Amino acid sequence: MIELLWSIFDITLVLLLLALAWNTCSTRDVMRAVTLFIAMGLLLAIVWARLKAPDLALAEAVIGAGISGALLLSAIRDYPSTPMVSQRSTLIEGIINILTLALTILMSWAVWHGLNMSDGVRLSGQVISQLPVSGVSNPVTAVLLNFRAYDTLLELAVVLTAVLTVLTLNEKRADYVVSGRLLQGMTHWLVPLLVVTSGYLLWVGAHAPGGAFQAGAMLAAAMILLRLAYPSKQQEFNNVLLRVLLVIGIFTFVLVGLWMMSLNDDFLAFTPAWAGTLILIIETAATVSIAAALTLAYRGGRPKDWEDANRTSRSIAENGGQDDQ
Amino acid sequence: MIDTLAILAIFSGLFFFLSGSIGLLRLPDLFSRLHALAKADNVGLALVALGVIMLEPAVINDIKIVIIWILVMAASAISSHLVARHALRENREDD
Amino acid sequence: MISEQLLYSLAGVGLFGIGLRATLLHHMLLPRLLALNVCGAGVFLIFIAIAYGGLKIMADPVPHALVLTGIVVAVSATAMALALGRRLEALDDE
Repeated sequence: MIELLWSIFDITLVLLLLALAWNTCSTRDVMRAVTLFIAMGLLLAIVWARLKAPDLALAEAVIGAGISGALLLSAIRDYPSTPMVSQRSTLIEGIINILTLALTILMSWAVWHGLNMSDGVRLSGQVISQLPVSGVSNPVTAVLLNFRAYDTLLELAVVLTAVLTVLTLNEKRADYVVSGRLLQGMTHWLVPLLVVTSGYLLWVGAHAPGGAFQAGAMLAAAMILLRLAYPSKQQEFNNVLLRVLLVIGIFTFVLVGLWMMSLNDDFLAFTPAWAGTLILIIETAATVSIAAALTLAYRGGRPKDWEDANRTSRSIAENGGQDDQ
Repeated sequence: MIDTLAILAIFSGLFFFLSGSIGLLRLPDLFSRLHALAKADNVGLALVALGVIMLEPAVINDIKIVIIWILVMAASAISSHLVARHALRENREDD
Repeated sequence: MISEQLLYSLAGVGLFGIGLRATLLHHMLLPRLLALNVCGAGVFLIFIAIAYGGLKIMADPVPHALVLTGIVVAVSATAMALALGRRLEALDDE
């Protein structure tokens, strides 16, 4: 009986997820598509919680639905108001439909065959046996920041690269409509609460679901909320602070890795006695970096001193290099 | 006994959520849909939270659930206000 | 009936197919970006479905860490794609 109820629950979740995805991809209105995408992100967070992945549920709710949704919503303004219809000819549409259907069927067969053939051995046994040496007691944090720390270092580098692209390409986005007293009043108590929760997630990631990425994205959400509530009072980042905040995650990570290499002959091989403290230091730096990066990605556009330098150099180029005039 | 009360609370909360969703789909106007969404969903959440609190033994988790309930109520109130304000502004500009 | 691993893996494959079809059909940036994110969600679902071991056993944490990395990379790629799209629009208008 219980099995049957769980099966009904699973099948309902899967059907809802597929229906949301189908409607996101085939609706004509942009605003509706983005809203359905955010809803799909939240449903996906529930699916992660169902599949015993609470760290992922937190990350999907904050990053996948929250930050991604905010980015897409602010991009709708730049999008032309044409409806989202495919403009391919009917023949090409038919070919695309048939080929993707064939690929989906082949992939389904491959997944089914692979699951049948597998012997069910997973890496959880190895992780549990090495967990006391890793310095934390949350297995996902141990894998993310100790056993596969190199992947996390490169992930921070990817985030930095994306933010540098966003920072160099465009002018700042146009400002928003003044939101009014209610939103400003809400931020008075919500932003401190978000900052405290982000610090809690950072700390608790060592022994419970949480961690640096969820905490960093929550800080970024707090900054975005401030930005929306007080559009006229936006302090531009002090530019030295900006550069320091963006880079400090990777910098700390590489520094710790090199120090461990000098002690233990291997890049990022933590000595077990210090592993917990080192992981906390790296996670704190990574939280700050990710928060700065995601906030700047939402703001879009060059920081103030780059913008001024750009304008000066462009005006010099237009005047043909003449000094006075 | 506590289990029965908790299950009763959760199911009545689900009933309120269902009626809120039906209201979202069937009501004609934006403002009436906001009514259905904000009010019915908040009551539903309160009942579901009550049921979960009755089932949960640790007090610290109960406090967290109450905080979550308060935050969701505040967020839904403020987002309903913002949506209604934006819709009202658009109507005024059209006229 | 059907094991949860298989059910959610097939759901992931379905999501990937839906996203892939929409990526190929549209030609403007924003629908394709949404569809690519749907593809990504499908891939993550396949990973986590394979890592699931049942309600009593701990799930495999290595795919969880990989998908966490994947979620952050997906949002950075979305931000970068939106910035590039804005720049291309500005260049087209000039």
